[in-house]
Amino acid sequence: MENDDLIPANEFCIYHNIEYSFISSLEDSGLIRITSVEQNAYIPSDELEKLEKFVRLHYDLEINVEGIETINHLLQKIDVLQKEILHLRNIAAIADFSSE
Amino acid sequence: MDFVDYYKTLGVAKNASAGDIKKAYRKLARKYHPDVNPNDKEAHKKFQQINEAHEVLSDLEKRKKYDQYGENWKHADQYEQARRQQGQQGGGGFGDFGGFGQGFGGGEGYTYSSGDEGSFSDFFESLFGGGGRSRRSQSKYRGQDYNAELRLSLADAYTTHKQTLTINGKNVRITIPAGVENGQQIKLKGYGSTGANGGPNGDLFITFVIPNEPELKREGNNLYKTEDLDLYTALLGGEKTIDTLSGKIKLKVAPETQNGAKIRLKGKGFPVYKKDGQFGDLYITWNIKLPTNLTQKQKELFTELSKLSS
Repeated sequence: MENDDLIPANEFCIYHNIEYSFISSLEDSGLIRITSVEQNAYIPSDELEKLEKFVRLHYDLEINVEGIETINHLLQKIDVLQKEILHLRNIAAIADFSSE
Repeated sequence: MDFVDYYKTLGVAKNASAGDIKKAYRKLARKYHPDVNPNDKEAHKKFQQINEAHEVLSDLEKRKKYDQYGENWKHADQYEQARRQQGQQGGGGFGDFGGFGQGFGGGEGYTYSSGDEGSFSDFFESLFGGGGRSRRSQSKYRGQDYNAELRLSLADAYTTHKQTLTINGKNVRITIPAGVENGQQIKLKGYGSTGANGGPNGDLFITFVIPNEPELKREGNNLYKTEDLDLYTALLGGEKTIDTLSGKIKLKVAPETQNGAKIRLKGKGFPVYKKDGQFGDLYITWNIKLPTNLTQKQKELFTELSKLSS
């Protein structure tokens, strides 16, 4: 399999010293995507950053998959709100600038 | 440099058991972990302090040294001197006090280095030395992502162009493809905050803000423009030159064109993002302007016209 965009799941598990069952449960919860090629599991490279974050939450902070699901949902909300705040601040700054 | 009370940082008593320390650390780490506090520098700083406290208090040897000399660190040079003297005499009173002694006696103000997100405090370095820490609990953390907005006019977004941005003192030249949409985001990998403990840098996300203009509105790849048309050209037909983003074009106006009538100019709209040679359409809405300040002659002619029509 020669594809730069896919990372073999078993290599990821060895590198991070984790069980594949954790990745599998994340996939079952819809938190990450896994691609199967000829019965081998691969992680798309654009999922890597997210997966590493979930690994840290689980192994460093002992948060279970249900907790990760909740955190992920709230983080997405925070992200939207932070962008909205930034946008509103920019609008306010432009308004201040134009009224000067 | 101030003394850092690691027990206070973790909120535990001085006689706390290893289990209590672990529990307190886990609780605080969950609260302040960088992954659950994106773009929160205060939480990031707090997390480093918690990590540092845990690094010391979870290690029996380090905790022993900290308990023994921590609060009296200002006298460390005296202890060190005594240790050296005892060492020369064959005594071993301060046996394994390895990292202590370096960097003491300066009396400078202690500051927590928030710029270098991976490092421990000066207090820690002085007490345990730079190489004394264990890698066990030092996870690598990706730097924070940065978000920025880039404002473009419709004319800017109409053509592929390069723009130089200054990001953290570095000049970055980016190519903005024609047809980029309002709200569209691009990622500049590695241009975010520096990673901690050797972790990768965060990314920079640039969101394009492309507002519509009073005379020109964009919806997807189509453009909408309202053009004024004089009454006579509207009634009798003629030609009208209009400005578009690709230059001036001459349009034929059909006789008896109604106010609010629309015409579609195929392929004169916005370029389709990353699809060379493909464009949306331009819709022109005619706004017929009635003449004002009529002359006596004009009034007479309009009256005559009015009589003919009734």
